[in-house]
Amino acid sequence: MASVEAGGPDVDDAHDGYVDGNALAGPLSEVFAVDVTAATCRCANCGCTGPLACLHVYMHAPGLVARCQECGRVVLRTTRTRDSVWLDMSGAASLAIPLGEA
Amino acid sequence: MARAAVPGRLGDRLRWRIAEVTDRRVESATAVTLTLDLPDWPGHLAGQHVDVRLTAEDGYSTQRSYSIASAPNGRGLDLTVQRTPGGEVSPYLVDELVPGDRLELRGPVGGWFVWRQQQTEPILLVAGGSGLVPLMCMIRAREAVGSRVPFRLLYAVRTPSDLLYRSELREGAPGLDTTYLYSREAPADSPRPPGRIAPEDLVRGGWPPDFEPTCYVCGPTAFVEKTAAYLVLLGHAPERVRTERFGDSGG
Repeated sequence: MASVEAGGPDVDDAHDGYVDGNALAGPLSEVFAVDVTAATCRCANCGCTGPLACLHVYMHAPGLVARCQECGRVVLRTTRTRDSVWLDMSGAASLAIPLGEA
Repeated sequence: MARAAVPGRLGDRLRWRIAEVTDRRVESATAVTLTLDLPDWPGHLAGQHVDVRLTAEDGYSTQRSYSIASAPNGRGLDLTVQRTPGGEVSPYLVDELVPGDRLELRGPVGGWFVWRQQQTEPILLVAGGSGLVPLMCMIRAREAVGSRVPFRLLYAVRTPSDLLYRSELREGAPGLDTTYLYSREAPADSPRPPGRIAPEDLVRGGWPPDFEPTCYVCGPTAFVEKTAAYLVLLGHAPERVRTERFGDSGG
């Protein structure tokens, strides 16, 4: 199979724009007592499901904006003020958090 | 009410802790490993990261995420930090910190990009540059628990002088195959000419999809995108390809 325009470590000086939902783990740990990045999230726009860790996270805003990896709609936004954490999950239809056997 | 739903877990929310730097090792011209000591470190899973916060005297504060490099050992952790030119945090961590200094840290966090010793399937690790760090943590954790699960590592790096953990990787471990993919400059005895990662690298150095390996890919966003797309193209199930991207976060 031919390599058409393979990326490589050389491309890291480009502005990549986003990271992935793993980056939500720290900020959301201030709110949730369980890791939610492994939780399965359903996009309210396109209905696709996947772990929160697979969302595309933009960190250049005053806060974090996580977009659906399939359709690009905003799934979750969070920002930290001096005394609270704002969490907007209006783009997430559901969140299934793995907890092991009850 | 909600508090009863997840017994024993609420109230465990992570707080910022103070870590003390107890050792500093140079890994390459641009990377160091810092050993951090934390009282009551809860331990970590291979692949997890921590957030590091720096606060200036005027109160300005900024934070970055760094992957943990060391196998869980109950005493603290190692972070390997690559200097990002012009970055706000990494030049300080790489060039200024010395043993005895303190850092604010939150973690361990992340439950998706992790390898657990209960996993029995073959593992493919694909690293782009300093994306090796969490994958090295998995290699070390495998060794530490005596796991015999076969691991293959594809390590994409610009030149031989950029290699991290050079002697440890050269020494290797039983059941770990390592392939180097140099993108700019390869040693004279390298069987592969320099070049970016290509699907044939993943065919040659990876696992056939019907072995159902779990693939962990970590590196710059564009590298991860390409590699994950190639793996899926080669027949790996998308849910078996786990990725961790580090973008341009201002280093």
